[in-house]
Amino acid sequence: MQPATPLQQADCRHDNWTTACQAFATDIRRRVLSHTVTHGGYLSQACSSAEIFAYLYGGGMNLGPSEGPCVPPPYADVRSKCNARHPSGMLYNGRRAPDKDRFFLSPTHYALTLYAALIGCGRLDRNGLDQFNQDGSTVEMIGGEHSPGFETNGGSFGQTISQAAGVAWARRRKGDSGKVWVFLSDGECQEGQTWEAMMSMAFQKLDNVHLVVDNNGQQVDGRVEDVMSMGQLDQKFEAFGSTVVRVDGHDLEAIDRAFQTPHEGKPLTVIADTQPTRGLKLLEERYPNLHYIRFKSETERSRYADALGELE
Amino acid sequence: MELHTRVHARSLAAWGRTHPDSVVLSGDLTASCEADEFRDTCPGQFISMGLAEQNMMSFAAGLAREGLRPLVHTFGVFMYRRALDQVEMSIACPNLPVRLFGFLPGVTTPGGASHQSTNDIAVLRSLPNMTILETGDATDVESILPVADSIDGPVYCRMLRGALPRLFPHEDPLRLGKARILSDGNDIALLTSGICTEEAMRAVDVLRRNGVGIRHLHVTTLKPFDDADVMAACAGAALGVITMENHLRSGGLGSAVAELIAEQRIDTRQIRIGIDDTYMYGASPGHLMNRFSIDVPSLIRAVEELAGQRIEVSVDDINAARTDTYYNEKQQEAL
Repeated sequence: MQPATPLQQADCRHDNWTTACQAFATDIRRRVLSHTVTHGGYLSQACSSAEIFAYLYGGGMNLGPSEGPCVPPPYADVRSKCNARHPSGMLYNGRRAPDKDRFFLSPTHYALTLYAALIGCGRLDRNGLDQFNQDGSTVEMIGGEHSPGFETNGGSFGQTISQAAGVAWARRRKGDSGKVWVFLSDGECQEGQTWEAMMSMAFQKLDNVHLVVDNNGQQVDGRVEDVMSMGQLDQKFEAFGSTVVRVDGHDLEAIDRAFQTPHEGKPLTVIADTQPTRGLKLLEERYPNLHYIRFKSETERSRYADALGELE
Repeated sequence: MELHTRVHARSLAAWGRTHPDSVVLSGDLTASCEADEFRDTCPGQFISMGLAEQNMMSFAAGLAREGLRPLVHTFGVFMYRRALDQVEMSIACPNLPVRLFGFLPGVTTPGGASHQSTNDIAVLRSLPNMTILETGDATDVESILPVADSIDGPVYCRMLRGALPRLFPHEDPLRLGKARILSDGNDIALLTSGICTEEAMRAVDVLRRNGVGIRHLHVTTLKPFDDADVMAACAGAALGVITMENHLRSGGLGSAVAELIAEQRIDTRQIRIGIDDTYMYGASPGHLMNRFSIDVPSLIRAVEELAGQRIEVSVDDINAARTDTYYNEKQQEAL
């Protein structure tokens, strides 16, 4: 087991927290870029969401220590009636406890960013990414419920938020004080089920739910504006019964302040406006085709390798 | 024939009182799925999910992950058609103990193709981890809850509502993986499910009087499909096997039996009675069973074909055996 970094149990209002958390965010970007240089990958998602993940795993969420093996063992078997001992990726977010928070990552292609965050806060071995997308590993490219940090099979979008709502309802019934955190990206909000889920959370007054939307304006085909514009996301979430705060998604203190907003009887949604090329100017050359990075030449690959040293 | 009304309504409410972890979810069809008595008896265990079935399925999965026992109620079509991806990815893939109570199978609604679950078994039989149960009378309906609850994983229950005949003794509950043997005979194995069992029971005595021995089994477990009695019936039928179901001919009971016959190398012939590769329209059950050939005359034609002889059955014979139970005027309520 690696020693936990101080960030794991950090208090967001601590004097040095912002500096440490920003370093955590840069570390996430660096790990994802480093991996992308070798393998290609989902890089822009790390650029847009690094501060959000750094906030969540840097003290924003109240998680217990990881219960997952620091080096994930090979994937034993899929879930069935014959396999009750299926590994859950949620172990990396700590044991279930009434006062602890739970984390649900909806856009499962952010897996690489999540793994980088888990490494950054000592919940996953620093070599954990060696298994990424290798046959027979749980460290999958599109994470499933067995992958480190995951709890659901969210790859068909809209389903994780609904499951988190069910978990929140059940936890409230049990009297748990812990929160349920849901990470969404903006493009997936085109799925109607997202709004069915918001409607039900508002109707059920599930104020134990905190949602954060990585509003990076990007989806697979390009700019959200060009694929299927959704207008103002903050207004939509508000209209569906959530308390909403819109912030600069790269401003850690603003994110932290936003999550202190009172929201009695309603879920709290923080729309984090982000840039998909944040911290990596080179990526702007590919705009708006940023969804998955495949290098067209060795020259291009080496330019990204060089950028590793310049990462802000 | 003894008729019972609101069987599931009473049974579900009684279940809720003794099972505090059971939570009923309803998609704006609470009375229509006989969950209203549960709602009024156990309000803290009832969740109104509105007209949003995709969310309802995934939400139920979240409840199950927290140790609750969700019982989802809506019409079958809104489960296996509208919310199939959610049933698969949120519920079946993680093998969660969510019970889906799907109402209005096949001809039992005048609501037309949009409301008639005619291919639910075909679709859901293809889902890994899914168990499928189907009810055919009041006893099946009132005994399905403990059977469904005993299964470690998702269960689809093909439900009947309203006025139901009691074909089987109250003391003889539905059993997982065990067909009910209703008559014995060596000529034909007749395997029926759901409301087709009652329909077929009308013909069996008439056929016996005409010299055709029928081993009639009422099948309630469609998946898994490994009942030794079903296999023995198919293997022991001198003239062949007939399946009869309130479902498409493809993918349901008939297909399951055909797969069994092929894989067990049973040397016999099978005739599948079912809705033949079509959507239906809104009409009464009696009309639809006749129009889509899942009624007594269709069964007699199948027997004639296997026997290679004409069976002397008059309309009077059939009418004499007819008890007019499931599809009486009480079932004409719209939704």
